[in-house]
Amino acid sequence: MNSNPYGDAFESSQRKAILSQRHRTGKIWQVFFLSSTVIGLIALVALLLTVLDKSFSYVVIEYKVDPATLANKPLVELSNAELVNLLETNLSKNRFRTLDRANTLTTRSHEDLLNLVYENVVEPRALASYSMSQWIFDNPRIRAEVADKYPQAKLEFRAWISGSFLIDPLSGNPLQAGVRTALLGSLYLILITIVVAFPVGVGSAIYLEEYADKTKWYNRIIQTNIDNLAGVPSIVYGIIGLAIFVRTLAPLTSGAFFGNEDGNGRTILSAGLTMALLILPVLIINSQEAIRAVPNSLRQASYGLGGTKWQTIWNHVLPYALPGILTGTILAISRAIGETAPLIIVGAATFITSDPTGPFSKFTALPIQIYNWTTRPQEVYRNIAAAAILILMITLLSLNATAILLRNRFSRRHA
Amino acid sequence: MASMEISQRMKTDKLTPVILPLLKKKPRVGEKIIQIFLFLSGAISILTTLGIVFELGKESLLFFSSPEVNIFSFFTTTTWQPSIGKFGVLPLVNSTLMTTTFAMLIALPLGLAAAIYLSEYASARARSILKPILEILAGVPTVVYGYFALNFMTPLLRGILGENNVQIYNTLSAGLVMGIMILPLVSSMSEDALSAVPRSLREAAYGLGATRFETAIKIIVPAALSGIIAAFIIGISRAIGETMIVAVAAGSGPAFTFNPLKGAETMTGYIARISGGDLAYDTPDYNSIFAIGLLLFSITLILNIISRRLVAKYREVYE
Repeated sequence: MNSNPYGDAFESSQRKAILSQRHRTGKIWQVFFLSSTVIGLIALVALLLTVLDKSFSYVVIEYKVDPATLANKPLVELSNAELVNLLETNLSKNRFRTLDRANTLTTRSHEDLLNLVYENVVEPRALASYSMSQWIFDNPRIRAEVADKYPQAKLEFRAWISGSFLIDPLSGNPLQAGVRTALLGSLYLILITIVVAFPVGVGSAIYLEEYADKTKWYNRIIQTNIDNLAGVPSIVYGIIGLAIFVRTLAPLTSGAFFGNEDGNGRTILSAGLTMALLILPVLIINSQEAIRAVPNSLRQASYGLGGTKWQTIWNHVLPYALPGILTGTILAISRAIGETAPLIIVGAATFITSDPTGPFSKFTALPIQIYNWTTRPQEVYRNIAAAAILILMITLLSLNATAILLRNRFSRRHA
Repeated sequence: MASMEISQRMKTDKLTPVILPLLKKKPRVGEKIIQIFLFLSGAISILTTLGIVFELGKESLLFFSSPEVNIFSFFTTTTWQPSIGKFGVLPLVNSTLMTTTFAMLIALPLGLAAAIYLSEYASARARSILKPILEILAGVPTVVYGYFALNFMTPLLRGILGENNVQIYNTLSAGLVMGIMILPLVSSMSEDALSAVPRSLREAAYGLGATRFETAIKIIVPAALSGIIAAFIIGISRAIGETMIVAVAAGSGPAFTFNPLKGAETMTGYIARISGGDLAYDTPDYNSIFAIGLLLFSITLILNIISRRLVAKYREVYE
């Protein structure tokens, strides 16, 4: 049979060549597969670097009155009386009287007075802003440009993300703007969303997993419908929120029904309800998975001891499924916190300086502010947008970390 | 008490007729009420769908029945200028298709390749590092991606292709960033499909002398194909409905152009721009967002249904 040793040798050497060729192809593709995964990683790093880079910058600020010439120490260290004195000497009599009449100056807080001095006397204006990377790589050109274009102005380093950025209200001047108004708006919004979506979502999940007879056509429709709703673009939910909550239910959502004068339905309540509709499908699907993971033996033990259906669910199924349900809820909520499009449609105000006071207030939210600031052409707005993005991302990351911790605890306990 | 009674009577067979009514189910009103509440919670989702269909349908009907609008020219003409009564949706659809195409050029090949790497090549350790990173990428809010497109991708494109060739707002930058956003979605869905392929198939291929790459491409990917296609379709549907990236980076103002370096407003971008601020009810502008919303809803719904069918089909094969 194998009479030709030469032929065999030839064949095997040829086979070896083909084999190494095949392995080489495999290696090349493996590099491609790996680099595709790494591209995702690089994108994430680039995104974070872009945001960080813009959160710190050198700003060209022009003062109407240089704060250094106003007093012999930094303005922050001045006492209330000295600040009032500053206002009196630097403002016209009429302006000073108007301010005093609005709210007696001597009784105002230090922070408030300081703001007044900045707004009325110092009047800083940001003329240009250079992000950290620009500053580092293009330093001589920037210095020349600033000296040439803005001889009167000062070049100052500024960390846009700071404590005062977190607690200051929105302002027309980006140098003084903060995100408090938007943060509170987001907080109210999420509270309403949770209060509405959590009971309804968990209720639906319990119904579908524990009660519904899957052979009945209406139960199958509910399930299919929820799966399909999860894929509807968020902007469509915004349109529906506009038509139903803002417009049709305006007497209810504007608070007119409860004696609120302003009959405009563009309130936190409308937005919260819209957001609740948006996260419901995801919340239901996640809760269903958590309930499905509860072992059947638990239910049977409860029935065996004479527990009714609801007693079984309330005392045994829900406590067991709770960590899973909470994880799913947190993930759904973190989606709601970053969601922007539906809020634009239901009419979140972009400029509002007063804090929300209740479900019927007009409001703005953190992602809305980010959107609004991002679309402004001036570079300083990009800086405050970046700082706001950092706050949003930190919030989301800590929420997700909580969800992961919950999930780990859960799996350790029941594995 | 009742149980003691029963156990005593059980001893004598004669008393069985007395026991039977005791064992009968008691009507429990509280339980019924809870069950009804739970059913109503489930029914809310049906009401949501009905609300979507009803409101979109009603306002779209109003839109198409207004004298300025003609349903035929809505779908065939290429000028969208509500202020002068021109309602041709094609420029908006065209730029939606352009951004979606660019997004898919990034997300589909890279997403599938990442899925193959994670499912077929990566060690458990590598996977435990890479997967959470992709999950973070999937959790970044879309408005942040918009910021990224405008402040990173656009300057990058302008650096490569020349400041004068690339407008500040352009569909290419928005589309590419959208691709990065959708990449984790495609990769995680495809990976689920790939991991669902039984081990025996891989082992059979290795046994016949196939390399790892040949096994992945010729055996595993074809076996998981319907799941992978389902992931692709969900990705496309997500790209079509995506709003914030295009609202920030693709430009405002409808333009019928095939040049990806120019700005052009998409369907979602138009809806977001028009409804920012107080939009007066019952104006053509107001009604037009419902007509476009209906178009958007129909497209994404059809895509989602097809994808769901495909997933259901591949589940049947291996279970």
